[in-house]
Amino acid sequence: MHTPTQLSYRSAFMLILKRDLTIAFRHKDDVINPLLFFIIIVTLFPLGIGPESATLARIAPGIIWVAALLSCLLSLDRLFKSDYQDGSLEQMLLSPHPVFILTLAKITAHWLLTGLPVLLVAPLLAVLLHLPEPAYGALMLTLLLGTPVLSFIGAIGVGLTVGIKKGGVLLSLIVLPLYIPVLIFATSAVDTAALSLPYSGQLAIIGALFFGSLTLAPLAVGAALKVSTN
Amino acid sequence: MWKWLHPYANPETTYRFTGKIKPWFSWASFILLTIGLVWALMFAPADYQQGDSFRIFYLHVPAAMLSMGIYVGMAIAALSSLVWQLKMADASAAALAPIGAVFTAIALITGAAWGKPMWGTWWIWDARLTSELILLFLYLGVIALHNAFDDKQLAGKAAGILSLVGVINIPIIKYSVEWWNTLHQGATVSKLGKPAMSLEMFWPFLFCFFGFSFLVGALMCTRFQTELLARNRMRPWVRQLVEQESK
Repeated sequence: MHTPTQLSYRSAFMLILKRDLTIAFRHKDDVINPLLFFIIIVTLFPLGIGPESATLARIAPGIIWVAALLSCLLSLDRLFKSDYQDGSLEQMLLSPHPVFILTLAKITAHWLLTGLPVLLVAPLLAVLLHLPEPAYGALMLTLLLGTPVLSFIGAIGVGLTVGIKKGGVLLSLIVLPLYIPVLIFATSAVDTAALSLPYSGQLAIIGALFFGSLTLAPLAVGAALKVSTN
Repeated sequence: MWKWLHPYANPETTYRFTGKIKPWFSWASFILLTIGLVWALMFAPADYQQGDSFRIFYLHVPAAMLSMGIYVGMAIAALSSLVWQLKMADASAAALAPIGAVFTAIALITGAAWGKPMWGTWWIWDARLTSELILLFLYLGVIALHNAFDDKQLAGKAAGILSLVGVINIPIIKYSVEWWNTLHQGATVSKLGKPAMSLEMFWPFLFCFFGFSFLVGALMCTRFQTELLARNRMRPWVRQLVEQESK
């Protein structure tokens, strides 16, 4: 039996998720800008490399994945920055709910706002890059499993750098090396699928990365935030 | 155990203790490296396939093994600093990071120099090489994060969390040659069991490896002492020390 002031874990999670989504929808450019950035980066490649469809098809998985990685990096700053500046982050850390739930909710909101749009736009861009037909399923599956990993790992970096004034460049230095495994296995899965070969091995590793980061990253983020807010 | 370790929570005691063991490490390193390198570079038999260019092995492999070992050591220090709030562990993690970064760079550079005559290329995006490069980036990230904070305590905690997250890369490097069949050759030296190389090649390697290990120890002592002095510069014992030195 719990008192009215005591929230269950689930409602605490949902409250923070809703709060973050509401804030994001009030500042629409926060949602749209990373997506536009993603699309623009992808369009830069055919202009820079040349429009031969064979070349583009060969490098399409890499382009889409690197662009997804960079747009995730661009949007990470929003994850804790404004909450840190107006003090609500400290209030959340002081609340009786486990930090794990709070960070999990915030990371979920971040993925819904940045990972999901990328996932939805990716097939369209894949068409523009002449990605071979059999690779579409692999591209979608790797993005579905991989972009949350980007959010989780990125959140650790943001948690560590949120208190630093010029944290932006440092954030990319910290986070990008940790993104490399996701990038390697995701693009390798899409490449394998383009040759109509089974890619379940790579997918399994990305799945393992997903569940590993799902269970461990919120803990690391919590610890990092406690350091940053001191 | 705790009773024995307890005095070393005091920076002054630790500073003096490190100062005492430092010459031992330096001398051990000097002697072992002199014997090992002369033996390895001049007297060890040339490899039947690679000829004399295999001799860079004696620099490359110890550096690569130590680059990983130092990272694990740094992560253990970071863990004990986060869990048990040991300030000395924090200082030692901070002291280890640049040493590890340099050894990673040495492993990469000597590897490139070895790769050119053997594989015909300076660099290839092979699993072992790429993961070692990531290790270098991780070290640089830890160092950069450490320098970004003004408060050393906060810096130590933040860098500690990052180094713990990066530990995931160590098993990837270790097993990369077994998981992916790429250009880099498999492990030549296994600590347990019989080494896969002939003994007259293996002995100089042992000398070199332990020589470099003691070198890391000696560098570590120096950096650790500096770190302690920097962190305790307002304490009376540091002032006394400075006054004694300047006399």
